Amino acid sequence: MSSQISGSHATAKVVFYNDPKFRSRFAQFVLLVAIGLFAYFAYENTSENLRKRNIAQGFGFWDVEAGFDISQTLIAYSAASSYGRAFWVGLLNTLLVSLVSIFFATILGFIIGILRLSRNWIVSRLAGVYIEVFRNIPLLLILYFWYGAVLGALPEPRDSLAIPGDIWLNNRGLLVPRPLIAGDILYTVAALGIGILGAYILARFARRRQAETGERLPVGWISTALIFGLPLLVYLGVGTPLGFDFPEKGRFNLTGGLNLAPEFVAMVVGLSTYTSAFIAETIRAGVLAVSKGQTEASQALGLSRGQTLRLVVVPQALRVIVPPLNSEYLSLTKNSSLGVSIGYPDLVNVFTGTVLNQTGQAIEMVSVTMLVYLTFSLLTSAFMNWFNRRVALVER
Amino acid sequence: MIQTRFMRETILPQEAAPHRTSGVLLWVRENLFSSVTNSVLTLLSLWALYATIPGLFQYLIVDAVWSANTGKECLAENVGRPVGVCWAFVTSHMGYFIYGQYPEAEWWRVDLFFAAEALGIVWLLWPNAPYKFAGIIYFFVIFPIIGFVSLTGSTMLGLTPVATNFWGGFLVTIVISTFGIVVSLPVGILLALGRRSDMPIVRLVSVIFIEFVRGVPLITVLFMANVMFPLFLPDGWRPDSLLRVLVGVALFFAAYMAEAVRGGLQAIPRGQYEAAQALGLGYWRMMIKIILPQALKIVIPNIVNNFIGLFKDTTLVAIVGIFDFLKTIQASLADPVWRAAGMPFAAYIFASLVFFVFCYGMARYSMWMEARLDTGKRH
Repeated sequence: MSSQISGSHATAKVVFYNDPKFRSRFAQFVLLVAIGLFAYFAYENTSENLRKRNIAQGFGFWDVEAGFDISQTLIAYSAASSYGRAFWVGLLNTLLVSLVSIFFATILGFIIGILRLSRNWIVSRLAGVYIEVFRNIPLLLILYFWYGAVLGALPEPRDSLAIPGDIWLNNRGLLVPRPLIAGDILYTVAALGIGILGAYILARFARRRQAETGERLPVGWISTALIFGLPLLVYLGVGTPLGFDFPEKGRFNLTGGLNLAPEFVAMVVGLSTYTSAFIAETIRAGVLAVSKGQTEASQALGLSRGQTLRLVVVPQALRVIVPPLNSEYLSLTKNSSLGVSIGYPDLVNVFTGTVLNQTGQAIEMVSVTMLVYLTFSLLTSAFMNWFNRRVALVER
Repeated sequence: MIQTRFMRETILPQEAAPHRTSGVLLWVRENLFSSVTNSVLTLLSLWALYATIPGLFQYLIVDAVWSANTGKECLAENVGRPVGVCWAFVTSHMGYFIYGQYPEAEWWRVDLFFAAEALGIVWLLWPNAPYKFAGIIYFFVIFPIIGFVSLTGSTMLGLTPVATNFWGGFLVTIVISTFGIVVSLPVGILLALGRRSDMPIVRLVSVIFIEFVRGVPLITVLFMANVMFPLFLPDGWRPDSLLRVLVGVALFFAAYMAEAVRGGLQAIPRGQYEAAQALGLGYWRMMIKIILPQALKIVIPNIVNNFIGLFKDTTLVAIVGIFDFLKTIQASLADPVWRAAGMPFAAYIFASLVFFVFCYGMARYSMWMEARLDTGKRH
């Protein structure tokens, strides 16, 4: 039985088109040729079409005068500014509305998620209704609802609705106190930086000390004092350099304050309510992912309810929550492109909308806009990879 | 002397009855008033319900205006009582919301399309339906042909052609989401297979496509379809504006479908691949007969969830000028005859209800399927 099987099998001639290696190379070759042909076809047609329609190519337009106004600008901009400047205005508006919405969506989402987990039947059901309603309605409809139905039904400025904290609401938007920097605020900012740095060093020191001696330091209290107390002391010490310009109600109109446009308010409310439903589900899934045995084990070790939550459940839940939470933030940023539908001057509205209409250079505008969002998405996934590596379970 | 037996001589006093372990009062105490915070939350919730539900009922049903011919007739001073939602706006525009400007004499063709689609969906999604393979052929081959012929028309069959710029309303929403699923699922499967392929170039192309599309918002893809596709084609070719958007939506969702399918492919144990190869099956026969049937079954919930997203995102086509369901509502709101205070509420509440019924229904189906497949335990 030990006789050798003759080598005929290894050297048997396979017809070349049945050879897997040949097949794989051939398939890839065909794919490459097809893509190449399509690219050539598209390139030829595009350059011909552009020539016929007299549309310029390249990024020469970047420094050309834009000639249109933008309703909300974070940096100095006027109709005399360049298209390139308009791009930055749009990008900053996208970032502003995304960051503000992320802030509110996170707070709202955490609250709803925790209420959904509550053992109180009625509270949990109400949170469930909120989640289902906002998850099952298109974002665009939610934006139209807030913008067209709710903000559109608000009274004229002379009958503005007052909200506690010197905030006024009318059909021209939301009027909030405008922060004014009256003196030297730099010291306070520096104190905040020092406080955060100090808290970080303290946390590292406390962790090493606990690992060595088992003793726990009251890190939480000291950090709070460092981060909030220190800047407050400095702020008061240098003579409260920050003031507010409060909106004043006249007979017909409101003066002063900072007027947030209705488009901006509708975007923030719409994006936050919509995304908070998804965040709430993320939070719930994360907390439920921590097995019950963990809670029981920590109770058996004699930890209090608060300690169980703080030291055992939350750290493990966060590992599950952070990656999907980041995807929610990313999709919120991408969803902010819907600003174009209600006239919020975000990147898509300014660049793929107005600038494209004026110059006709579709390829440049769409590519630049896509590139911006791709960059956001790459940065997010880079962060997620870093985070996953950091918190990955080290198994024995 | 060791005592060998024991007999109780006195009767023990009767013990108190045990605590109830069931009953309404106990449930209320444990679920609603177990602690001070809980009681406060319960009372707050009850108060919130009391403050909103009767008012909403009054506004949406009791005080609602059900028949009127203009927006003014819905106003309180003309009705002569406090008014709620003007449902007359919705009922009088219903035909426009469903069929757009599709000629009224040909509406039956749209209904035929809806019916053909409903048949296909029930066939595919009802787990015990017979002849599943025939159902797949029906939904992905026969139904699209029926739909295309009945909607666009054909002079050969005596159906008047109807150009796509007359299509609108819910019809367009359904057409886009159907086209989206019919095209994006097969393309998504191919992309998922490509991403797990041994061929480096195929893998690279799939990965670049999937990650690129998933990294950009749908609205930029729609702009691309609308303004860039025509530039790529020779001058004489003017693809239909609805077709351009359909292609954009389908390619966009193919990338998301690919990721859902990839999850299923990864969940199939290696042994299945190896067993199929040991039987001498080639790549495609292994995939079609062994791997994909198992993989797709696991990811049905994910595919349905993706489809919910697709269905909601069809509304975005309004931004590039397609008259979908939401856009017809917006257009009717701009109609001066119907312009009156409170009209947007009627319109948007109606639209929300429609979307909610569809999306929530699909979500429930996906949860039910998940429980049935028991994939929940894998987490």
